[in-house]
Amino acid sequence: MISFFFIALLGCRLSTKEGVVCTIAGSTSIQPFVEKLAEIYMEHHRGVIINVQGGGSTAGIRSVRGDVADIGTSSRELRKEEKDLKEIVIAWDGIAIIVHPDNKVKDLSLSQLRDIFAGRIRHWSELGWSHRRIHFVTREEGSGTRNAFEDMVMHNVPISDEALVEDSNGSVREIIAHDPHAIGYISYGIVDQRVKALRIDGIEPNLRTIKEKRYKLTRPFLFVTKVAPHGLAKDFIEFVLSPEGQKILEREGLIGIR
Amino acid sequence: MKEKLIEKTLMLLAFSAIGALLLMAVFIFKEGMPIIFKVGIKNFLFSTHWAPTKGHFGVFSMIVSSLFVTIGAMIIGVPLALACAITLAELAPQRVTVILKPTIELLAGIPSVVYGFLGVVLLVPLIRDYLGGPGLSLLAASIILAIMILPTITSISIDAIKAVPYSYKEGSLALGATHWQTIRMVILKAARSGIITAIILGMARAIGETMAVIMVAGNALRLPQSPLSPVRTLTSNIALEMGYAAGDHRAALFATGIVLFVFIMVFNVSANIITKRWRRE
Repeated sequence: MISFFFIALLGCRLSTKEGVVCTIAGSTSIQPFVEKLAEIYMEHHRGVIINVQGGGSTAGIRSVRGDVADIGTSSRELRKEEKDLKEIVIAWDGIAIIVHPDNKVKDLSLSQLRDIFAGRIRHWSELGWSHRRIHFVTREEGSGTRNAFEDMVMHNVPISDEALVEDSNGSVREIIAHDPHAIGYISYGIVDQRVKALRIDGIEPNLRTIKEKRYKLTRPFLFVTKVAPHGLAKDFIEFVLSPEGQKILEREGLIGIR
Repeated sequence: MKEKLIEKTLMLLAFSAIGALLLMAVFIFKEGMPIIFKVGIKNFLFSTHWAPTKGHFGVFSMIVSSLFVTIGAMIIGVPLALACAITLAELAPQRVTVILKPTIELLAGIPSVVYGFLGVVLLVPLIRDYLGGPGLSLLAASIILAIMILPTITSISIDAIKAVPYSYKEGSLALGATHWQTIRMVILKAARSGIITAIILGMARAIGETMAVIMVAGNALRLPQSPLSPVRTLTSNIALEMGYAAGDHRAALFATGIVLFVFIMVFNVSANIITKRWRRE
């Protein structure tokens, strides 16, 4: 009841300030990029507020449906029952498979990757490296990145319950950066010097291979709205899709739609 | 007239606090019970298969992990805390106590995310390099929790020890007991209900702690095989998956909350019974 009250309150605030405040909620994979865009957009347009929240793809879609947010973000394709909403692809992202820089393994096939996360390949020696156990790190159930990983890599094979579970791209990267025997998956845009991205089926993830969709682990970043966007939301979406907005996304490590 | 008004206002405020607790309990049960009945109480409590987006809701391994992590924290933390308490209350000179007691109490004020961060940066690599496994483990969580509950147990135990009448100590010493014998057989016995309360409060903090545990425990869903296995506790499960959960998944997290709620109720009630019984003796 209390939460209903708050949502109602929030709804009131939104409607009274229509045109000045735009709330964007959803995928935590997309959140940092949209925050960046919102920051720059607000510098151009004094007086408007773009409010960016996380919560996850599913929560984002739900809050668009419930009119809590003007734009929802999703880092997975919409499900069948969600297809009544309007979707706009703002960029593409690759899912990078990362290991510690000291790791000698450079290349994995999709089926090797699946076997690692299913708990069937247990030691690095099976991949031609040390005798130590593989520490594989996954994301929590419900995460958009995990969902994309399951769709593209696991194909209905469950991820083993031995997997370490972390609740953000950042903490997965943190673990991999410190543990030479760990492997995990994160958004390509968040890969940095401290970890090494593996080639998948011989193809290295980079701007070109993802843009050409030759790299196999590629997913869309979506904006979702309940009705055709209007007012501030429409203007912001146009900004995101404009050459300037796209350039910002590309500079942050995503792959533009052009 | 004015007196009455103030009394009534205070009463209202006091009841509203209890009301909030009641509302919370009702809300958690209302949200969580349907899913427990849907999958069956036995299935929910005793299955280890947790895949909420695919329709499996078993929290058994998390119950076991929560208990193990808490017991581990007790095994490491209680002797340390009691040693601190005895030293500060009985053995250390006044000057030292004046500095050390507030220092230990300061530990309680450090945010849990800081403990978690220290755990990830310092403790986890040590465990990984010297003991094996991924480092993120039951052991790491227990050690971090042991440090976190130290101030709670220590400061309440000090108060309990100081509350023992001085005549007990004088009597014991006069009978020829040494200082250590007096501490062990007279003072600790007389202070035990306070010490048990301290331990139970520490335990409640340990089982309820979330942030630090998420950061160092590894959160794997498998039943722990050894102290070096990564584990997921009940609290971590809720906090980890809350953001993305919808529908039955969300309800199952509330149901996890119910399990935790019942655990803490059992702890507190048994603590009360123990304390009361010993006080009567």
